[in-house]
Amino acid sequence: MRLRGLLVGTVTAALALSMTACGDKGNDAGTNPPVNTEAKFDEGTTMATLQKAGKVTIGTKFDQPLFGLKGLDGKPAGFDVEIGKLIAAKLGISADKIEWVETPSKIREEVIEQGKVDFVVATYTINAKRKERISFAGPYYEAGQDLMVKKDSDIAGPEALKAANAKVCSVTGSTPAEKIKEYVDPANVVLFDVYSKCADALRTGQVQAVTTDNVILLGLIDASKGEFKLVGKPFTKEPYGIGIKKGDTKFCEFIHKTLTDSPAEYEKAWKDTAGKVSPETPKLPTLATCS
Amino acid sequence: MNVIFENFALYRDGFFKTLLICAYAMVGSLVLGTILAGFRVSPVPPLRWIGTSWVNVFRNCPLTVVLFFCAFGLPEVGINGAYFWFSITALVLYTAAFVCEAVRSGINSVPAGQAEAARAVGLTFGQSLTTIILPQAIRTVVPPLGSVIIAMIKNSAIVGAFGVGGELFAVSDTLTGSRGEAALPVLTGIVIAYLLITLPAGAFLGWLERKVAIAR
Repeated sequence: MRLRGLLVGTVTAALALSMTACGDKGNDAGTNPPVNTEAKFDEGTTMATLQKAGKVTIGTKFDQPLFGLKGLDGKPAGFDVEIGKLIAAKLGISADKIEWVETPSKIREEVIEQGKVDFVVATYTINAKRKERISFAGPYYEAGQDLMVKKDSDIAGPEALKAANAKVCSVTGSTPAEKIKEYVDPANVVLFDVYSKCADALRTGQVQAVTTDNVILLGLIDASKGEFKLVGKPFTKEPYGIGIKKGDTKFCEFIHKTLTDSPAEYEKAWKDTAGKVSPETPKLPTLATCS
Repeated sequence: MNVIFENFALYRDGFFKTLLICAYAMVGSLVLGTILAGFRVSPVPPLRWIGTSWVNVFRNCPLTVVLFFCAFGLPEVGINGAYFWFSITALVLYTAAFVCEAVRSGINSVPAGQAEAARAVGLTFGQSLTTIILPQAIRTVVPPLGSVIIAMIKNSAIVGAFGVGGELFAVSDTLTGSRGEAALPVLTGIVIAYLLITLPAGAFLGWLERKVAIAR
C-alpha cells in the first residue's frame, strides 16, 4: 500500500513538472528575436561555419542578475543572454540551438582561446590587456563602477570612503577590485569569489560598501528588496564587449552590423531584462573599429 | 613564466600571508586538538561527550561549510570581525578534529601498564596524561600529525574565497582576472609557492620523527 502511495506521488510530481516545462516553452517563444533564415555568408568565415553547423556555443555568466542568471529552468536569462540570442538569430540559429556555457570572469580568455565557445557575452569590459589575447566586438553597452550601500548610509561617493574608514567589498580578480584601491587602503578591501557574498557581508555590517559595475549592483539591489541603494555616481567607464577569437575581424564586423541594424531588438532586450530595474534604455555606444 | 618575475612582489606578499595563516592555524589546531584528545580519554563523561561530538561534527563537515558558518554565520548573530580571523578560526575548528584523532591514536598506542603504573604511584589523571602518556604518545603521532598539518596548509587555499585578500590563491585570481594573464603560468607560480611551504614542512617533520624516535 505504501508503495502505491509513493507511485501516485511520483506520477503526480512528474506530471506537474512536465506541465511547468510546457509553460516555459510558451513564454520563451515570445521573447526570442526573429531568426534570419536567409542569411548568406562568405565561405570560410566564422559566420558561415556556424550557420552550416546550425548551432552555436555562447559563454555567459550564470550568476549575474539582469545580465546572465541561470534560473530554475536551467536556462540563463538576462541582457547578455538576449544579445547572444540576437547575434545567433542573425546567423540563422534559433535560440533553442544555442548551447550556453558558464564563463566566470577568470576563465573568459581561456575558453575563447581554446575554442570552447564561439563568443562570450558576459559583462566583459574591453581593455588593452585582454585585447592581447582575444578580440572584442562592440561595445554593446557602457557601464561604470559605482558603490552600493545600505539604505540609511550617508556615503555619497568613493571619496567619502576613506574618511568613513569604510570597508569595501568586491570580487577577487575583478577590475573594480583593483580600481577601488585608489580610493581606500588596500587593507580595507574585502574580496570574495562572488558578489552575492558581498551583499551578505553588507547586510550583516561586515563591510560598509560594495563596489563594481553599476549594472551588477542594480541586480543585487533588485534582489535586496529595498535594503540597499545605489550611490549613483559612476567613477569609471566600463565598455562591455563581446569576446571573440583574436583577429577574427569579419566576425567582429558582422556583430557590429547586427548591433547597428537592430535598434528595436536591442531596446526589447533591455526592456525585458535590466530595464525592469533601470527603465531607461541605454543608447548603443559608439562601436570601436574591428582589428 | 615571466608573469612570476613581473609580479614577484604580489607572489611574495601572498606567500607570507598564506604562511602567516598556516602558522596561526597550525599552532591553534595542535593545541586545541591535543586538549580535545585529552577530553576524549578523560574519565569525566561530559568531557568525553564534548570531544566525541566535536570530532563527529567537524570531521564530517566539508571545510567550505565550516568556513561559511564562520564568515557568514558569526556576523549574522552580531559577531563582527576581520575575515582573516574568521578563516583562521574555521581552519582551527576543522583541523583540530583531525589532530585530536591522531593524538588519541597515539595515546592508545601507549601500553596500558604505563597509565596503571602512573596511577599506582599516586599521579592524578591530569598528571599522568601530561607527564607520562602524552610525551610518549606525541612521539608516535609525528607522521600522521604531519600529514594533517600539510593537508591543512593546502586547505588554506580556499580561505581566499571567504574575504581574506592577498593570500596565494587570491593572488592567482587577481592575475588571471583583472590582469588577464594566462592561467597556467600563474598557477605554476602558485604551486611553487605552496611547495616552498609544504616541502620544508615535510622535511622538518622527517627530521623531528628521527629526533624523537624511541625504541620500544
